[in-house]
Amino acid sequence: MTNLFRGFGAVFYKEALHVRRDAGTLFFSLTMPLLQMFLLGFAIDTNIRQINTVAYNADGRRESRELLDRFKNSDSFHIIRYVENDHDLNDMIIAGKARVGIKIPVDFSDRLLRGMSAQVLVLIDGSDSSVAGQAINVSTAIGLDESLRRVLQDRAAFAVDMRPKLLFNPDSRSPNFFLPGLTAIMLLNVTTFLTAFSIVREKERGTLEQLFVTPVRPFGLLLGKLLPYLGIGFFELCLILFFMRFVFLVPIHGNVFLLALLSLPYLFAALSLGILISSKASSQAEAMQLAFLPILPSVFFSGYIFPRETIPAMLYPLSYLIPATYFINITRGIILRGAGLVHLWTDGLALCILGATLLTIAARRFRNKVIMA
Amino acid sequence: MALTPPSPAETAISAQHLVRRFGNFTAVNDVSFRVEKGEIFGFLGPNGSGKTTVIKMLTGLLPLSGGSALVEGIDVRTDSEGVREHIGYMSQNFSLYYDLTVEENLQFYGRIYSLEAARLKRRMEEIVQLNGLGPYLNRLAAQLSGGWKQRLALGCAMLHEPKLLFLDEPTAGIDPVARRQLWDLLFELSGHGITFFVTTHYMDEAERCSHVAYIYYGKLIADGTPDSLRQLPDVQPQGTMRVEITAPEVTRALRIARHIPGIRSATIFGQSIHALVEEHFDLDVLRNQLLKEGISVSEIRPLAPSLEDVFVELTYKHQSLLEAASD
Repeated sequence: MTNLFRGFGAVFYKEALHVRRDAGTLFFSLTMPLLQMFLLGFAIDTNIRQINTVAYNADGRRESRELLDRFKNSDSFHIIRYVENDHDLNDMIIAGKARVGIKIPVDFSDRLLRGMSAQVLVLIDGSDSSVAGQAINVSTAIGLDESLRRVLQDRAAFAVDMRPKLLFNPDSRSPNFFLPGLTAIMLLNVTTFLTAFSIVREKERGTLEQLFVTPVRPFGLLLGKLLPYLGIGFFELCLILFFMRFVFLVPIHGNVFLLALLSLPYLFAALSLGILISSKASSQAEAMQLAFLPILPSVFFSGYIFPRETIPAMLYPLSYLIPATYFINITRGIILRGAGLVHLWTDGLALCILGATLLTIAARRFRNKVIMA
Repeated sequence: MALTPPSPAETAISAQHLVRRFGNFTAVNDVSFRVEKGEIFGFLGPNGSGKTTVIKMLTGLLPLSGGSALVEGIDVRTDSEGVREHIGYMSQNFSLYYDLTVEENLQFYGRIYSLEAARLKRRMEEIVQLNGLGPYLNRLAAQLSGGWKQRLALGCAMLHEPKLLFLDEPTAGIDPVARRQLWDLLFELSGHGITFFVTTHYMDEAERCSHVAYIYYGKLIADGTPDSLRQLPDVQPQGTMRVEITAPEVTRALRIARHIPGIRSATIFGQSIHALVEEHFDLDVLRNQLLKEGISVSEIRPLAPSLEDVFVELTYKHQSLLEAASD
């Protein structure tokens, strides 16, 4: 008689009816992620190429022209204009027309020919740190390379020959980097929003109050409400993977079924967040605002866009509490690095623990704030 | 009020010394009452006085801070799920799913109570018959008018054949015809032995109940049949009587009447004045006084106190007791 999951079937069936009746919301929540995919997949490229550069060549002889050619050939710099004095050089950068200014002094070639150290001034606009970083790295490398070439006159081999090799994403394609991470964020979005809304809607209508005076058990009620949205989240995952593989041509090196399996604890964590939100929000508008709360740390502290290494030490532990951190490692691991369960079981375990903790907190809060309120 | 020991056979609800505290606040303070089977029990009180809290305690949603309650013979403290199995509940929101049809709403609640297919089918036919929902089965609940929503909600609450139904303000926002029809239905069902626990703000509905109780800031201050309440000494003090005075310009008449010695209290009621006067008060004094001011009284007749009078008097008395206690 005391069936812990009593009412599950009835609630599940009813929830499925809601979803079918409200096809608009379903369509919207399924296509939004695809739209974001197209935006991030096609429009955003994190690789910095062709930085606008202004050059002031006060020397003008062969050596100085060769140096500027080396800048041009690096693919990092695009010389948009040559100027004739310091003032114009500065103005171009202040106006934002150029990010880098190269000044070759009048005695550049003389000093080189006399075997002395010649200086080149490289002015860099530091207002965009990633552009500035790239400009510093490439210009330093060019200088070093140029010096070595002059020291090793007889074409002798370098003492140490560094040969960096990019694994897993050899072309540094941005979609390969963005889309696996986006999968995690989108799943979080869809499932959290949909569950929170489905519960808050019943709160607003008063039907939740009604359900509590029936013999329905809280577990049956919550599970009946969660599972349909777990299904939708899962479908969403398949949709995203399909587009990622066949439209954005991101190769999937690992096992898709492992990815599907490991997505379950993640989806459960996301759904529990939805319940947590619904226990606080009393209207759909409030739920909407609250549902954005878990999104922000998931975007910024999970390594989705900014590497976790850039998080200040004080906030770093926070990233361990964010389910997306683990799931992003899982998606990138399986899709890009061909990782297996051997490599990812710790992430899977962490997700299970986080999911179970969130569900327990959510269920308890739900009991105290919603049922007994 | 003396309580005889509850006999489960005839008693639908037996609440004894119910207490519910939220922190330092006592929402329900030592409330005791009994509801016999087949009664229509009207539970009245201002908003925030503890009505909903009592319903939540009796339906097993809120644990009791003190006291005990048997609902349909089941102890709410130990078997709240068993209680919920045997009761129906309808809130003023008519808790329906607007995007489901009438039929789907009924089916859902039937499944919630785990009615097996054959019984669900039989019960749905009975409910549809009783509430006249037949023509609307395939209509979305959102498209029903208020009265029909209420019938559907009542139908959903009755599918599992409960012997006790809690109706929380069942007629709020409903047109008068639908209200009348609902009450006709309640009388019919109560004739079949079903007990109703009804909260309402409408005094005319309270008058129709076979048993009423009035809760005021957590304290039960009246409990009995409407007639027995009317005869309470606090309502009808010794040596007084109630009269209805019909006259033009009632507001001006009221102002004058209030200054006439012998009239204890007076209030406007539609086109007339209801006054509590001393038993030996000479009504001609009133008549002449008003005539002097140019108002000719058309009728003065004795009046039994209404339930509204009852609750007003009891509330005043309770308030003065509270003030005396706090001084």
